[in-house]
Amino acid sequence: MKNRIPVVLLACGSFNPITNMHLRLFEVARDHLHQTGKYQVIEGIISPVNDSYGKKDLVASHHRVAMARLALQTSDWIRVDPWESEQAQWMETVKVLRHHHGELLRSVAQMDGPDPSKIPSASAALPELKLLCGADVLKTFHTPNLWKDSHIQEIVEKFGLVCVNRSGHDPKRYILDSPILQQFQHNIHLAREPVLNEISATYVRKALSQGQSVKYLLPEAVITYIRDQGLYINDSSGKGKGKTG
Amino acid sequence: MLRAIPTACHSFFSCFFQSHLNYCLLVLLCRGSNTSYVLDNNIGIRGLHLDQQLQLLPMDSSKKTEVVLLACGSFNPITNMHLRLFELAKDYLNATGEYKVIKGIISPVGDAYKKKGLIPAHHRIIMAELATKNSHWVEVDTWESLQKEWVETVKVLRHHQEKLATGSRSHPQSSPVLERPGRKRKWADQKQDSSPQKPQEPKPTGVPRVKLLCGADLLESFSVPNLWKMEDITQIVANFGLICVTRAGSDAQKFIYESDVLWRHQSNIHLVTEWITNDISSTKIRRALRRGQSIRYLVPDLVQEYIEEHDLYNSESEDRNAGVTLAPLQRNTSEAKHNHSTR
Repeated sequence: MKNRIPVVLLACGSFNPITNMHLRLFEVARDHLHQTGKYQVIEGIISPVNDSYGKKDLVASHHRVAMARLALQTSDWIRVDPWESEQAQWMETVKVLRHHHGELLRSVAQMDGPDPSKIPSASAALPELKLLCGADVLKTFHTPNLWKDSHIQEIVEKFGLVCVNRSGHDPKRYILDSPILQQFQHNIHLAREPVLNEISATYVRKALSQGQSVKYLLPEAVITYIRDQGLYINDSSGKGKGKTG
Repeated sequence: MLRAIPTACHSFFSCFFQSHLNYCLLVLLCRGSNTSYVLDNNIGIRGLHLDQQLQLLPMDSSKKTEVVLLACGSFNPITNMHLRLFELAKDYLNATGEYKVIKGIISPVGDAYKKKGLIPAHHRIIMAELATKNSHWVEVDTWESLQKEWVETVKVLRHHQEKLATGSRSHPQSSPVLERPGRKRKWADQKQDSSPQKPQEPKPTGVPRVKLLCGADLLESFSVPNLWKMEDITQIVANFGLICVTRAGSDAQKFIYESDVLWRHQSNIHLVTEWITNDISSTKIRRALRRGQSIRYLVPDLVQEYIEEHDLYNSESEDRNAGVTLAPLQRNTSEAKHNHSTR
């Protein structure tokens, strides 16, 4: 374990609401990276998207952050970070990565600061920040005008990608079909979720708006919060009634 | 205005969160300073959904058949998928307007089932109890697991149906009248008077009906030679009923079509479509545990902690019953042989 590269996993997305599947992405990615023998995952960060992203049915970010926090209260390595959601505007994922990378280097520098004798060992294992995503995100790299090529390149060249496969996706093909991804494929880690468990947040919102049970699809504390705050009552309105809470 | 509020909240919650009615009312009563916010929100919501609410809530709930869902299986270990089966089946049956699901029972199979990798029943029972700790309608029953020998599923159904019948009558039966199937039928015949097409159904409207809850794999196992007795399958679908949760695009419908007995009783078989892939099989959980992989968020946290604390699943536990014939196969095969030789 000593010579492994420390890794921080960052997941960006709506988390509207957070489900057990989002939480599984982290578990599967960590298992995969540990299996390589090269990495030691030290932290996971969930970064809910800014309200100005303007996605349909997106409830207010303070709710999404609160739900993620509740979901993570029993995790000892994943945390929610509201920074992205607190910015004045929506921002590209690469900028969120840059921010957290900066924070990471700063915290390492602070830890090393008082004790210069430790620098040699610490510099050998500077933590890496990697973007964690489902295979569906890899596919969106091919959607015209959604991502800037320069951003894709920065993500895979400077940071790295951990991609968890989902049924109906062929991540290897997505990589081969893109010259940039292909060039940096050594920086793209494909993890396989052995248990297919596709709890889409869209499905959860639909079930909630129809008064159906979502028990065991998301953490109990999140369900209680949704109920108390009256979120996702009217999914089809397009306005997100939950925002009034 | 204030007086109208309890009704508004009641109808809202009974419409959208039927299963959590008590909890929600409790919140309203206890929240104190937050109460006004909750009430405002609910009134707004109620206004929006009045029409939908009237459709969803059938007028006369007294005409609905009360249903108890029984799930039999190894639960080795219980996973979130097992728990979802109950939630999906309940939502489905309640939405038909014909049924009202009042209880769910998890009945882990006894050790005598002899399935490979089956760990002792007391562990499986405890895990199921931990998993249902947060459920106010699903419970664990140990009767099946406490029997010395493996018990056919139809007998477990019968046991629970009879338990409900005795429980609902003011004078419980003192003698074990219903031990033998033959006697049972006679008893049921006495009771029936108005439904000649289904003579074996226990008639009294007051007694809830036990129905078998299962995934598509159980339905498909009906065709495995010697795993089930034909008469048992017939009795399950004719006398009790089957709620089968299937994946979108599954072959369950075709399977029913191809089986004469299932086809005949298809009105008693409810196929519930699960729209999201949920493939958390116990086999995969055990495999992940053997490989040191995380099973977090696939089983309830308490179950995961219990498994780790007792190191329940490893290569050693997976070898339990290795090479031993599954109890139903052993029993049914020997019975088949016996019938053949005495013919």
